[in-house]
Amino acid sequence: MTTEVSRSLATPDSGQLVLPSYERPSGLHPPLGSEGYRSTALRHPRQPLVLLPHRLTEVTGPLLGAELIIPTDSDLTTQYDGEPQGQRIIVTGRVLDSDGRPVPDTLVEIWQTNAAGRYRHWHEHHPAPLDPNFGGLGRAVTDAAGRYRFITIQPGSYPWGNHYNAWRPAHIHFSLFGRAFTQRLVTQMYFPGDPLLPLDPIYNSVPDEKARQRLVANFDIELTQPEWALGYNWDIVLRGRDATVFE
Amino acid sequence: MAGLTPSQTVGPYFAMRLPWDDGPFVVPEGSPGAVTIIGRLYDGAGNIIPDGLIETWQADPDGRFAHPDDPRGPTGGGYRTFRGFARCPTLPDGSYRIVTLKPGPLPTPDGSIEAPHLDVSVFARGLLDRVVTRMYFPDERAANAADPVLSCIDEPRRAGLVAVPEPEGHLRFDIHLQGERETVFFDV
Repeated sequence: MTTEVSRSLATPDSGQLVLPSYERPSGLHPPLGSEGYRSTALRHPRQPLVLLPHRLTEVTGPLLGAELIIPTDSDLTTQYDGEPQGQRIIVTGRVLDSDGRPVPDTLVEIWQTNAAGRYRHWHEHHPAPLDPNFGGLGRAVTDAAGRYRFITIQPGSYPWGNHYNAWRPAHIHFSLFGRAFTQRLVTQMYFPGDPLLPLDPIYNSVPDEKARQRLVANFDIELTQPEWALGYNWDIVLRGRDATVFE
Repeated sequence: MAGLTPSQTVGPYFAMRLPWDDGPFVVPEGSPGAVTIIGRLYDGAGNIIPDGLIETWQADPDGRFAHPDDPRGPTGGGYRTFRGFARCPTLPDGSYRIVTLKPGPLPTPDGSIEAPHLDVSVFARGLLDRVVTRMYFPDERAANAADPVLSCIDEPRRAGLVAVPEPEGHLRFDIHLQGERETVFFDV
């Protein structure tokens, strides 16, 4: 049952395996144990993380794309028979790496509440109305310039049980793959001027204020379509890599 | 350098979007050589986590990746239905199940050989960033002993990274986010 090693270890002609290496951001992501966000208490590791060098499994990753997508996936306002309630918005931006290079052909997945702040999910008990014409799910694949574009409805705020009178600011969940296992990112996009942002323990779990503000989309009048929809721009920046690193 | 986008929790409602029907199947069920991996996700009190998401990424049985950054060039193409990636939400009993093929060993830039393994990401409400671990195979005793990652980890924690054979030929890989049996997680 033990695999034959010799069969599968072909390296390039040079005989040396040269792999890209991805930057390791320190202090960017929220600490896994975060006092303000109660659910972290029993769910975060207490032992220090072990450094994992970037080798073949880490510098490659699933290249999921067009085969998973149908055209209506990126327009959340046309997935049902009628038009959903609420403020129509366009959310677009580029997926880049930290050297400014676009990440093309990569899957972007989103999920969100409807205009009333209600998720279409069996576990959701918030007494706000469901919208029969809104599912809150989207998928898109970035173009050659790394651009994605969704048409959706402005999500609502909703209460949650973290502390007394806790309300989540309006947000859209985003899931991204990039091109490598190291670049995998799940995050949330927020809206400018939301009065709940300073009160939200999840948003404020990001330690650096500038990094936190990068989770907030920009309202863009140029993207806004007259008589039709407000436009928001939000770029997502994944970890960059060194082109050639000899380890 | 542009500023990186920070992580936020996947929350409890990812199940609306992220799972898809054949997500847990790296290869279709019943494929020749298919291995079923089962396990449960636990919190620091030993309770099961019924709202987590497990994702795995791995080489094919030849130790190859269909990916432009694998410098060994295109794969042989012998595993057309194999996509290397699986995604499975945990069920109300905290369990997940993935069907895959056992990956081959991998060369490294420094000449050592990595034993067959899966990179495993865990997402959940209460996790502000994913956590990453690795699953190794119990029938690779010699390769595991020489693996440059596994050999850096002391017992008894090291044993937690090796799947356990189950009577029906399945492999069990339980993940403990915290507590006495806390799984080894990696900084990637």
